Amino acid sequence: MNDVHALSGAYAVDALDDIERAQFERHLVECAECRGEVDSLRAGAAMLADISPVAPPPALRDRILAEVATVRPLPPQVVEVRPRRRRFPALVAAAAAVVALGAGGTLVATQPWSDEPSINISATEAVLRADDAERYVQKFDDGSKATVYRSKELGQAVLVTEGMADPGEGKVYELWLDHDGEMVAAGFMPKGPDNTVLLSGDAAAAEGVGITVEPEGGSDEPNLDTAVVFVFDA
Amino acid sequence: MSDPTSLPTGAPVTGAPVGPDLSELLRASARGDQAAFAQLYDATASRVHGLALRVVRDPAQAEEVTQEAYLEIWRTAARFDPSRGSALSWLLTLTHRKAVDRVRSAEAASRRDTTYHHQNQPVDHDVTAEQANASLEARRVRGALASLTAVQREAVELAYFGGYTHTEVATMLELPVGTAKTRIRDGLIRLRDAMGVGQ
Repeated sequence: MNDVHALSGAYAVDALDDIERAQFERHLVECAECRGEVDSLRAGAAMLADISPVAPPPALRDRILAEVATVRPLPPQVVEVRPRRRRFPALVAAAAAVVALGAGGTLVATQPWSDEPSINISATEAVLRADDAERYVQKFDDGSKATVYRSKELGQAVLVTEGMADPGEGKVYELWLDHDGEMVAAGFMPKGPDNTVLLSGDAAAAEGVGITVEPEGGSDEPNLDTAVVFVFDA
Repeated sequence: MSDPTSLPTGAPVTGAPVGPDLSELLRASARGDQAAFAQLYDATASRVHGLALRVVRDPAQAEEVTQEAYLEIWRTAARFDPSRGSALSWLLTLTHRKAVDRVRSAEAASRRDTTYHHQNQPVDHDVTAEQANASLEARRVRGALASLTAVQREAVELAYFGGYTHTEVATMLELPVGTAKTRIRDGLIRLRDAMGVGQ
């Protein structure tokens, strides 16, 4: 557990200053573990309000109810439906239809967490923290999420999955790099819903990443019927 | 601070176990149902106001915070996500944030005239000794708080009820910064586990 995660408690009880809060919120976007922890710690902290209940003056009730009568409730937040496909003809049907891409299209330059410099970081972490890291997010109907990070400078890409459905008995998720329309095998996703995988191959020259469902051991050619595609911005 | 023991038993203070379904009331509020919102208010106002008062201390300001919080609850009810926690937790999280924003902005205003470290900030080190009200919930929460170590409890209380940042908490307790944030987190984890809430 690095330093960022340790801020979850202070964040949950609003004990961060504005700058730290903004930094941690950026981290939260990426870290399902911290999101879950913050929610649960908030639930615990909220119970503290049970210690000191104080009935507000009745006039306050009248004021508040009169005021809300003049205010329109905001609509729910709706996820943008913008499936994006190229080269691979279809997106994974069974596992999930793509319903949303990352905010503002597909490309979000990430700011690496700058709390403290770290010395021996893995190749995976190097990509995630790279100054030029690009981020491509796809969320699926079943609540799962896949994020590809690419650093051109490092020539590598990392796939992070959250809550991915099992590919099925005898099947595996295979990863591909798209080189000018040719799919080059780039490794497999380990079993389990939450994974972080470094793709093999040159991601700097690639135009995208594909994920397909293949028989265990992998295939020579991707099964395009099941493909999820991340198209890199040029 | 007013004494909660003066509340009549049976006041809508401990509504959680038997009270109305707050999530349902929130959903109805999101559709503009003012009667549902009034019910939501009645079921939660003591806790919301008690929390606001605890953090900002000044009764007039606490009322403003309570009012701001409920207005925000009304406006954003549609954004409550039940998969992330209970309706009550959402309400109180929102209230806490409003209360903390209030004390921080007040503090920023007064800091123009006096340096921060010379300010005489009252520090409440003894939450659990507060006069008990009769509610079972309060007893349960105090029991959960008692499971924290003394230093964790101190850090959690300064952060949550005091509205101080972890850096300020560290200074007040003469701790390294990393230590205060760790104590807050560890204390909250214990509290959560003792309360049996969350994931």
